[in-house]
Amino acid sequence: MSETKNIMKLVEKEIMSTHTISHLDVLESESIHIMREVAAECKNPALLFSGGKDSIVMLRLAEKAFRPAKFPFPLVHIDTEHNFPEVITCRDKLAADLGERLIVRSLEDSIKRGTVVIKDESKPRNPYQSVTLLETIAEFGFDACMGGARRDEEKARAKERIFSFRDEFGQWDPKNQRPELWDIYNTRVHPGENIRVFPISNWTEMDIWEYIGREKLHIPEIYFAHERELIRRGNSVIPVSHLVQPKPGEKVEVLLVRFRTVGDMTCTAPVESTARTVDEIIKETSTTRITERGATRMDDQTSDASMELRKKEGYF
Amino acid sequence: MSNTTQLLRFITAGSVDDGKSTLIGRLLHDSKSIFEDQFSAISITSERRGMAAVDLSLLTDGLQAEREQGITIDVAYRYFATPKRKFIIGDTPGHEQYTRNMVTAASTANLVVILVDARKGVLVQTRRHTYLASLVGIPHIVLAVNKMDMVDYSEARYSEICAEYLAFAAQLGLTDITCIPLSALVGDMIVDRGANMDWYQGTTLMNLLENIVIDYDVNTTDFRYPVQWVCRPQTEEYHDFRGFMGRIEAGAIAVGDEITVLPSGRTSKVKEIVTYDGKLQRAYAPQSVTLTLEDEIDISRGDMFVSSNALPKVAKEFAAMLCWLSETPLDKNRKYLVKHTTRTAKCLFSNIDYRVDVNTLEQHSTATLNMNDIARVAMKVQQPLVFDSYTTDRATGSFIVIDEATNNTVAAGMIA
Repeated sequence: MSETKNIMKLVEKEIMSTHTISHLDVLESESIHIMREVAAECKNPALLFSGGKDSIVMLRLAEKAFRPAKFPFPLVHIDTEHNFPEVITCRDKLAADLGERLIVRSLEDSIKRGTVVIKDESKPRNPYQSVTLLETIAEFGFDACMGGARRDEEKARAKERIFSFRDEFGQWDPKNQRPELWDIYNTRVHPGENIRVFPISNWTEMDIWEYIGREKLHIPEIYFAHERELIRRGNSVIPVSHLVQPKPGEKVEVLLVRFRTVGDMTCTAPVESTARTVDEIIKETSTTRITERGATRMDDQTSDASMELRKKEGYF
Repeated sequence: MSNTTQLLRFITAGSVDDGKSTLIGRLLHDSKSIFEDQFSAISITSERRGMAAVDLSLLTDGLQAEREQGITIDVAYRYFATPKRKFIIGDTPGHEQYTRNMVTAASTANLVVILVDARKGVLVQTRRHTYLASLVGIPHIVLAVNKMDMVDYSEARYSEICAEYLAFAAQLGLTDITCIPLSALVGDMIVDRGANMDWYQGTTLMNLLENIVIDYDVNTTDFRYPVQWVCRPQTEEYHDFRGFMGRIEAGAIAVGDEITVLPSGRTSKVKEIVTYDGKLQRAYAPQSVTLTLEDEIDISRGDMFVSSNALPKVAKEFAAMLCWLSETPLDKNRKYLVKHTTRTAKCLFSNIDYRVDVNTLEQHSTATLNMNDIARVAMKVQQPLVFDSYTTDRATGSFIVIDEATNNTVAAGMIA
């Protein structure tokens, strides 16, 4: 009898030792654990959802965390109205397919209220997004907002906690962050304060693409190679849109491109690419020599500390 | 097989100017993980500052405040991959006042690279970091003797430092230590061996990082499953569904296995292991799953499912090693909150047994604890906690202490 037991134990050990868990499985489980902590400990959380690839991954992770039940939080989008139409279409379709509640608040509302004053329509609206976000947080009384930011994206992000505490002005104080140990998260806030939570902090651009491939996620078509009208300005190319028209002397070129990030149309540049499938994008991503934001976000290049300053002001 | 690429989390620790940032920059650069736009940005800055060569340490300088002061303020996380592995680096500052950040980064690491400057040898900070690594239970330690180029690549100097370090580490009971001589500045023994240290036959740093066995720091035999969230969809299809959501912190579970629910002590059997991707017959740490049980038992967040043949402790009083993280000292007259697994309870510190001098490892009696102090304490909690000793299981043996007045995380604890 005890012999059988010993053999069983050996077999057990064998099973355990041959069981290897991939990096994507580890990352996925960590993200699910974070989302469940938010649901369990925060009174009124929300998931910031833009229709971009990172937030689409966030939705799948939320499904994995909470199905067969509904999400215990609404989806929230702060619309700059400078978004690519393909992304907005995808945003609405995904929310509808999932049957989850989507709250959209527009920068235009802040402009009407007079809390945002736009000087130049053709300039990026990202800096103003924080205002509408903070107004939306106040309107619904959210105490936690989950976002799809990753630490590999940008220097200031690399220093951020997974549960990132914000004061009542929505501000981030990088010198005074709560220590974050193991995966025991301190979710406590006083009324009026809130927490930004980044469940995919530890994912890289490559992990995101591998996961999109593995999970067969539907993403906006503009992530794949397509022909597009562009204008060259400085070191960058800008997509022609109703917001950006060629100035006198500027030539419109048609190039085969894809977007690595999809943000404000006036400052998100595509990269030249022939990748028409997720596998081809993964191949390109593994050989690219330029960072995601370096290639595509002109607003981050204005100064070495652009993101740090925006985050201090309440940007997520 | 990119699907089975493994993940290694490691941290770097050392004193100010030991060259941590340069080492990380070198790892990223030599493994071709630096992008052109990042490299051109730091090239321009290096030139503007009048440096002869590109300063790789600029790659890890994140914030404006740090660039102004030329220091590293906080833990920064870096990501890179080789064809063999994905890596997450926690870059921790060497300043004494920021020890809490080292503990933070160490708490999730599988390996620590402790840097010493070959000219200076083992310093107070080296001892402190090694002690913290042992306290937080990092499985593997690498002693990187850096700046070998500054001591003419002297084997004698290297051996002297290793001997001193290994003697200190032995006092802590540490055995898994690899010493490597290197020059982060020149690039010797990081990814490439270089031509300057033929006398060294051991591994390069990258070779070690790529091949060291990753144990997920989990106890693989005793099932531990803190309930995070109770799923009750209350839809027509799932009318009676009651799923207990959580992450397997240790061990494995199969359909039909008997479990005990603690602290109540009730037992039941696993009916289903539910995931978004379908039902499973068996699940392992660190998977996040949903379990349903054969019996209707009153279960809520904070309870723990465990294997009935390997029970953890359930108690309201226990001893722990504590690292005080807050600028406000411990007040023994006050009640705090303890968050342990998925349970949060009021607690108080009934005694401070001793404080550890991290330089000499001597024990001193003390009435309070200040920031960066490490001490053995006796604690009382309002509700029973379900726990293992930290050395048995990092997940069920660790906790944080929260000050209810400020909501700050003021201490990190490891149950003895």
